[in-house]
Amino acid sequence: MSDVNMTAPELAAVEIDGMNRSTFILKGALAAGAVYGTWAVSPFVRQALAQELIPGGGEGDIGILNFALTLEYLEATFYQRGQKLKLSGEVMQLAKLIGDHENEHVVALTKTINDLGGTPVPAPMVAFSMKNQGQFLKLAQTLEDTGVGAYNGAAPLIKSKDVLAAAGSIVQIEARHAAAIRLLTGASPAPSAFDEALEPSAVLGAVKPFIK
Amino acid sequence: MTPARTEEGQVGALAELAHDPSSRSRFLKLMGGGIGAASAFGVFLAACGGDDGGNAAGTTTGAGATTGAQMSSDIKIVNYALTLEYLEADFYAEVIDSGLFKGAQLNLIKVIGDHEAQHVEALKGTVEKLGGTPAMKPKTKFPLDSPTSVLELAATVENLGAAAYLGQAGRIMDKEILAAAISIHSVEARHAAALNVLTGKSPTPDGAFAKPASMDEVLPKVQPFIVS
Repeated sequence: MSDVNMTAPELAAVEIDGMNRSTFILKGALAAGAVYGTWAVSPFVRQALAQELIPGGGEGDIGILNFALTLEYLEATFYQRGQKLKLSGEVMQLAKLIGDHENEHVVALTKTINDLGGTPVPAPMVAFSMKNQGQFLKLAQTLEDTGVGAYNGAAPLIKSKDVLAAAGSIVQIEARHAAAIRLLTGASPAPSAFDEALEPSAVLGAVKPFIK
Repeated sequence: MTPARTEEGQVGALAELAHDPSSRSRFLKLMGGGIGAASAFGVFLAACGGDDGGNAAGTTTGAGATTGAQMSSDIKIVNYALTLEYLEADFYAEVIDSGLFKGAQLNLIKVIGDHEAQHVEALKGTVEKLGGTPAMKPKTKFPLDSPTSVLELAATVENLGAAAYLGQAGRIMDKEILAAAISIHSVEARHAAALNVLTGKSPTPDGAFAKPASMDEVLPKVQPFIVS
């Protein structure tokens, strides 16, 4: 909470020592996934329409937006921490650029949820085990690729055209981040002609190691 | 309970799509499986549209089905995307033939060109499945002067392509076609970002939020490359 580098006030919750409510409920969602198996926790269609993706996050478009908000919080904090590592000039520049974008996504999603009459979920408490540039880039690639899959999976379920437009405009940026990071790790910027659409359970499974 | 079975059936099909190791065949399955499958799923989604969740799925008959007019509008959009993909695929084929590139850059161009060829094939198949006539392959001409100018043109074309897909997202009626278009959209964005970086530009020229482009904005920009 005392971190002066925070550019989004919402990220303050991330640094609170101890377990906050969102972490608790997110852990609950992950535990449910572990019990039923990643793929068995009903697919996106049913989850998005009939239950909350993030407990306390609401249903329908608001639920999808809160799901996205949780991922953006995760990414924003990741880049904030990454910038404390010893990175090359090129990597540091990209980390700052992407981190700024993720913060803007957090702010925009929070505003959209409020505008729709929903309650934005608080930032989850996260932990990343990275000590050097190589580990940072590897995690960044995983997070960005997962972000693309998450938005792509959610897009067809969004009811509001405005929300769909916003999600589309964000996912394109996540894809661009993924490609830029991949160029730095030596991976193909576009590993397939068609990007995968991930179900929420798969997304939660991918980010599980980072939620405290 | 019939509704529950219907729902489970869709669940199985989705899971199968998600597990398919080949993204191309996954896409084709997504688009194909017959119109019947796609429309049934459309009904399913529409029936689930209420706030009370998915329990009523299958009890509604055709209420949310994609209408003929909507389908025809979707065909137009897919044909528009097909025309852009034809252009891109042709462009990379000519670039590869030009001999201007070798090594890592040539490899990247080949990867991107292969993606565009797969997009062409998938979109063409989609129009046919929808009962439409695929757009004709345009005859193209691109200025291939130097490696630098070619990479810059490639970046321009990819950025335009990403914006073009984004511009159509809200106009697509059928959820399956939207899912397919979205899965291509982010790949065009990846291409654009990589080419931007290679040409010394920002991978994200629009900042944190990508700007869409309408057909009216896109078509005049690709017109110079279409001979007939």
